[in-house]
Amino acid sequence: MSEVTLVLREKSNIPIEADAIRPDIFADKSYQEIEALPLYHGNKERKLGEIFEVRGERSDRIRVIGDLSHIKKIGYGMKGGRIVIEGNVGMHLGATMEGGEIVVDGNASDWLGAEMRGGLIRVKGDAGNLIGAAYRGSKRGMNRGTIIVEGNAGDGVGELMRRGLIVIVGDARDFVGVRMIAGSIIVFGKIGERSGAGMKRGTIVTFQEPRLLPTFRYDCTYSPAFLRVYLRAIRGYGLEIREDYITGSYKRYNGDISELGKGEILIYERKT
Amino acid sequence: MMHINGVEIEDTFAEAFKMWGARLIITAVNQHWALTAAQVATGFATSVIACGCEAGIEAVIPADETPDGRPGVSILVFTMGRKGMEDQLIRRVGQCIMTCPTTTCFNALESEERVTIGGKLRYFGDGFQISKLLEGRRLWRIPVMEGEFLVEESFSVKKAIGGGNFLILGQSPEVTLEAAERAVEAMEKVKGVVMPFPGGIVRSGSKTTSKYKFLRASTNTAYCPTIRRQTESALPEGVNSVLEIVIDGLDEGAVREATRVGILAACIPGIVRISAGNYGGMLGQYQIYLQEVLADV
Repeated sequence: MSEVTLVLREKSNIPIEADAIRPDIFADKSYQEIEALPLYHGNKERKLGEIFEVRGERSDRIRVIGDLSHIKKIGYGMKGGRIVIEGNVGMHLGATMEGGEIVVDGNASDWLGAEMRGGLIRVKGDAGNLIGAAYRGSKRGMNRGTIIVEGNAGDGVGELMRRGLIVIVGDARDFVGVRMIAGSIIVFGKIGERSGAGMKRGTIVTFQEPRLLPTFRYDCTYSPAFLRVYLRAIRGYGLEIREDYITGSYKRYNGDISELGKGEILIYERKT
Repeated sequence: MMHINGVEIEDTFAEAFKMWGARLIITAVNQHWALTAAQVATGFATSVIACGCEAGIEAVIPADETPDGRPGVSILVFTMGRKGMEDQLIRRVGQCIMTCPTTTCFNALESEERVTIGGKLRYFGDGFQISKLLEGRRLWRIPVMEGEFLVEESFSVKKAIGGGNFLILGQSPEVTLEAAERAVEAMEKVKGVVMPFPGGIVRSGSKTTSKYKFLRASTNTAYCPTIRRQTESALPEGVNSVLEIVIDGLDEGAVREATRVGILAACIPGIVRISAGNYGGMLGQYQIYLQEVLADV
């Protein structure tokens, strides 16, 4: 099965909602049917073929080319297949997705993988705020799946996250894991203020000494076996993980004791 | 009549049984502790008749091939039933692996059928256990005095085969033991099998009858040289010692291959005959004919 390629015809300042760009929707669609799929250009319904030049048909592998930073909801709710994006992409990429893989060869905007339930999103550049977070009014954010951002991330990474793994290779701004219910967030760069605020369970791992909230208490310094498994699994995605991160010791802080207090922040300390 | 290196291969078969098998990987800070845990977890697991399971060390796993990058050991455990497997693994992982310093325990078998182990042992954490779900694999972190014990939620089990065997009939105890040792050394290289008895070798093979009503099994009188004249002996003249090697495997092919390499290694000067234990084909679901597995030699 060859892939379907979508090439953006022209950049617009008007946002476009493109939740029809999903591998499981494209899989059995002819060229004409793909061109006829509806997208929202501002508040007006347009055909996909008017926004994108379409090449190929009937494939669950999609390549989207162009500056898509005004295009939202690509891969929204997708259940399988693969999307490769060559360029920057807008908000809600892969939100609520249940399976499959999205690769962005550029930057992604806010709400990346919000409330996702499975699959893999990999962004080779930076990503915006609220990665894997819960939408306003929702009780839970990301619930399974993996998000890897090779650049920097904005505020509120993993807000209300329930399960899954978020890896930020660069820096993450404030409120990492805020109100986190469970799951794992690993940040290799610097981490901002108020990390883990209100977290019930879950794990935040950092390799730079952060300024912790006073509602986190030091437990011990040890080498967590599960983290070795996680970091080796992340290596499996082709990321370079220093060996001393895998074998080293971590300070464990428990919190947020203003909440349930069964969460943890692990801070890399030294080689062992 | 088949001979290998002058050793007679009797035209008979090993009678083997359907069992359930599981494969666990134990890792630790170094090989010493991984092996210690593996040896203890597979201890007292020679025969399902009295031990509840049969188990053994399958292989030493290099650090770069284990889930956590530490030195590891894979063990195989075999039981007659699926329920029995859960019971045995909970006991053995809980009492022998969790208690051993620095260890972790992972499932290392692909199968749809699973038994819950970490998912039950987690209660030892008294509410402080932590679940981690990574790529569909649920791990439990149980706080222990040393730090944390990491164990997989569930372990795969699959239909397997137990009770493959062959008998080595030798002129002296020394040469028979040497042949058995050589056989086990060769068989240990076969993936997917274990030889659950001490050092892989059984000196007290049994038959399934007894003159005593309260006993299900008794010594294999036909192969005991000291009572050769008091019983219907199966021993040819010149045989003064017999050792048995029992093989459990994750599939029949592995058991047959282990049988083949084991017999080939055991055929040394001083060995008179290679035979096998069976019940006339009445009990086991598998019949492994010795001459058949050696046919290509």
